[in-house]
Amino acid sequence: MAVANNKNVDGETAEAACVERRAAMAVLAQAEADDIERGLRLVGDGVEFTEPRPVETGLIMLRGRIGGDGAPFNAGEATVTRAAVQLASGIIGFGYVLGRDHRKARAVALCDALLQADDYRLSVEQHVLAPLRLAQQQRRVFARAQTAATRVDFFTLVRGEDER
Amino acid sequence: MYVAVKGGERAIENAHALLADVRRGDRAVPELSLAQIDNQLALGVDRVMCEGSLYDRELAALAIKQARGDMIEAIFLLRAYRTTLPRFGASEPVETADMNIRRRISATFKDLPGGQVLGPTFDYTHRLLDHALAQASEVPPAATASASEATFRSVTDLLADSSLIEAEDAQDGEVGDLTREPLSFPAGRDLRLQNLARGDEGFLLALGYSTQRGFGRNHPFAGEIRYGEVEVEFFAEDVGFAVPLGMVSLTECQMVNQFAGSGTQAPHFTRGYGLAFGQSERKTMAMALVDRALRARELGEETGAPAQDEEFVLSHSDNVQATGFVEHLKLPHYVDFQAELGLLRQLRAEFAERAADNQISDTPLQDAAE
Repeated sequence: MAVANNKNVDGETAEAACVERRAAMAVLAQAEADDIERGLRLVGDGVEFTEPRPVETGLIMLRGRIGGDGAPFNAGEATVTRAAVQLASGIIGFGYVLGRDHRKARAVALCDALLQADDYRLSVEQHVLAPLRLAQQQRRVFARAQTAATRVDFFTLVRGEDER
Repeated sequence: MYVAVKGGERAIENAHALLADVRRGDRAVPELSLAQIDNQLALGVDRVMCEGSLYDRELAALAIKQARGDMIEAIFLLRAYRTTLPRFGASEPVETADMNIRRRISATFKDLPGGQVLGPTFDYTHRLLDHALAQASEVPPAATASASEATFRSVTDLLADSSLIEAEDAQDGEVGDLTREPLSFPAGRDLRLQNLARGDEGFLLALGYSTQRGFGRNHPFAGEIRYGEVEVEFFAEDVGFAVPLGMVSLTECQMVNQFAGSGTQAPHFTRGYGLAFGQSERKTMAMALVDRALRARELGEETGAPAQDEEFVLSHSDNVQATGFVEHLKLPHYVDFQAELGLLRQLRAEFAERAADNQISDTPLQDAAE
């Protein structure tokens, strides 16, 4: 995995940090802005940050693979919103999310920045990520259980002429 | 010839106000919300996203509302909207193998890892109008059952284990994009699939049907159809790694078709592929049939059927282009028509003149015949 902006730590730690940030982004991207912000308020209302560039909505071309496992092709576009925030310490966080919700992209970027700040990492994990992860896990389990109820159980009919 | 015609501004303005009025309809009836359209007309939203070639449920719902339910008009609105946004780049290819499955069926194998899971489907319903739905009703929650951790290996993967099916070439080369470069022929399979993915469902359905009826037969089996959510990742330069952007709903269809082989290659099944936004099963099945039909030449099959004609299929699949050209006929063509009218009058005058000449010379002959 490519790593950037981590010149002050050794490669391995930086890579581990990226894996963690990616995992957090996966959870945040599936959450609602309101729920992320509710958690962030518990982390602390007074976090100061600036936005090095304005929040922006654009498109990404969504790619599939030919036959599901072949060469890539362009399946169609999707709306994406991106944000960047910078903490007073200089740490930069990014938010990239499907859709057009500026508030959500900014909240995700703020979480990403705080996760890289030693004073905040645990608090974000506890107040933002943990409840979101739990809710998403419950939703997934429920959806999977509903789907499982529609699994076909085949049974073989014993035909009379075979019984002899 | 095009000549600007002025006038009619007031009429146009009032027509648009009237459109807004009838769109709202009877004010005593509650107005539709976008959430209602998204939730309760979800498959319509899916279709507009697919053919509008833009994944955004809320925008598709808005387009349906604005278009009064006219799907092609809604698709047009979405296509127009996308041109107003910058493109950040392309996603990593989505992994449909890792899909959170909501439905997965196979018409080729009864028992397969993960099983046959019907999910929310119209299949096996009786297609009788349900008058209970005419009233607001309490819907009981759907049943649940314990889910196994079994993964849903794809049918093509299972067939590939014993080399019974052709393998796709997974080379990540340059990916064609018909929104950037106009289509030229012959088109690679990547461009053909992009075209079909945004193509009109009705057009593809008719073409797919035509192959089944004998116009380019390719002996298809629905090897697998799966619908569910997949994660989208985007490599963001500024972040430095592939960022998960969230989940999208997709439907995928793997058609398994009759054999190919050669002196150097053992006979094996061939494949047709369909992929579409949302729960779009009919669309992906039709797409897979047409994808396979368009491979006829590559596979050394007899060609000549409409569904095998790449230029014909790809040039007429886009309903926004098609509606633009058909519907432009209703715009003022006054000057064109005046020219035609002038020409027709001249032809008629010449005809009358010739008829008059003939009559003079014909009369004695006619008399003689009598």
